Amino acid sequence: MDKDIIAENLSLSYKEFETIISKANFSIDAGSFVFITGASGSDKSTLLKSFYGAIEPRAGQLVVGGVKMNRISTSKLNFLRRHIGIVFQDYKLIKEWTIEKNVMLPLIISGYTKDVSSAQVQKLLGHVKLIHQAGKYPPELSGGEQQRVAMARALAHNPILILADEPTGNLDEYSSQVIWNLLEGANTQLKTTVVIVTHNIPNSITVPYKHYHIEMGNIHEVS
Amino acid sequence: MKSLKNHISLIIALFTVLFSVQIYVAVDRTIAAYETRLKNDYSIIVVANKTLSPAEFKAMDSIIERSDVIATDQVLKRLEGEMSKKNLDLLKLTLPKFYRIYLSRFPTPYEISKLQKRLQKHASIERVEGYAQTHDTVYKLMLLFKDVVQIFSIAIAAVTSLLILKEMRLWQFQHSDRMSIMALFGAPVWLRSAVLFRLAIVDAIIATIVLCLAFLLIEQYGWMDLLLRTVGITIELFDFVNDAGRSLLIALGVSIILTLTIVIGNSEEE
Repeated sequence: MDKDIIAENLSLSYKEFETIISKANFSIDAGSFVFITGASGSDKSTLLKSFYGAIEPRAGQLVVGGVKMNRISTSKLNFLRRHIGIVFQDYKLIKEWTIEKNVMLPLIISGYTKDVSSAQVQKLLGHVKLIHQAGKYPPELSGGEQQRVAMARALAHNPILILADEPTGNLDEYSSQVIWNLLEGANTQLKTTVVIVTHNIPNSITVPYKHYHIEMGNIHEVS
Repeated sequence: MKSLKNHISLIIALFTVLFSVQIYVAVDRTIAAYETRLKNDYSIIVVANKTLSPAEFKAMDSIIERSDVIATDQVLKRLEGEMSKKNLDLLKLTLPKFYRIYLSRFPTPYEISKLQKRLQKHASIERVEGYAQTHDTVYKLMLLFKDVVQIFSIAIAAVTSLLILKEMRLWQFQHSDRMSIMALFGAPVWLRSAVLFRLAIVDAIIATIVLCLAFLLIEQYGWMDLLLRTVGITIELFDFVNDAGRSLLIALGVSIILTLTIVIGNSEEE
């Protein structure tokens, strides 16, 4: 089976003599659904950051989507990020852009035509039940609505991999359910690999998933 | 309102650069026009012991445009009553030839001195009067004025460039959230910075239009033209085709280069 993420003796750190993740060995199959859990401050978000190149491996090797993340060039990193969808806990929406344009962002970056982009955005805003809010700006929306916009944006360009950092952390039940449904849908219908960093795995998950847990800088699979 | 304030800061800075460049160009034109006027008024007096043809003068130095013989008949006519015809004829034969030499352009003091030496080397030429002292004072004053304006323009351009750079850093700070979000989705540097370039280009165009309007007002008002006419100079202060084109190129060049500096600096920081 193809692997979307391979970590071999991966160590991560922000400073030279400080290790956050130590000699981690794991792999994530293409098309799988994966949860990474851990207590607060266990640096599970840092691990996720390394998957989209926001932090470089200090030692060992990390391969994401066939691209080596060690000393990756800017152009390669941009290329990789154009094939990844990221959902952040703090949404990271562009405040001065409308909801429609925010969802369109990955399509603009990938160079899709306006017609194609608009059709895709309308479809996704329909999925997240925000079609009526398309012309509004992020600050005009609730936290749950903003996260649904971020979810639509992560799916806009049909990524091979979705990385979600506490996607339902502060959300109401309805918005959380919309997000989980979309993540499961992307995995089952589009065969997108989904990696979610979270405190708790919701009971409502229906897809088969893999579970990794981080403790004291070590990563182990929970069976 | 905040955005308008940002635009105005850059437009004013760019306008200042363009205005100082245009003032330098106008001063240069004024000096060139004044040089032409001086050139037309200026001549060198040569005293020779035999007749020299215009071709002979021209062969001595390429700066010599033409030569006129200074007629001595008037002086001799005045002496007719005081001297006998025989003495007068003798004087006519021994009297040296006087020439007025006109130059093709306004010479530098060094060129005058060189020309004088070259003329004096000619066997038939006895004396050369270049009026170098008068010429030198006027010319040095003109050059000093030109240099002062040039230094002033460079200083203004340097200071305003720093202001523009600072303004663009502010822009970058204001847009940093959006730029970092775009980076997370793989946007290349040029796409992330497109808004900075767009703002810089729009402001460069507006600054050029403001400059054109300012010079249109100056020309309409006419006081500058009047001032120049009093010293016998007529120049075009602002050529609405060439000067506007050059100003637009300068404004675009300055703003794009400074935006690039910011963008490249930022991409290296990543």
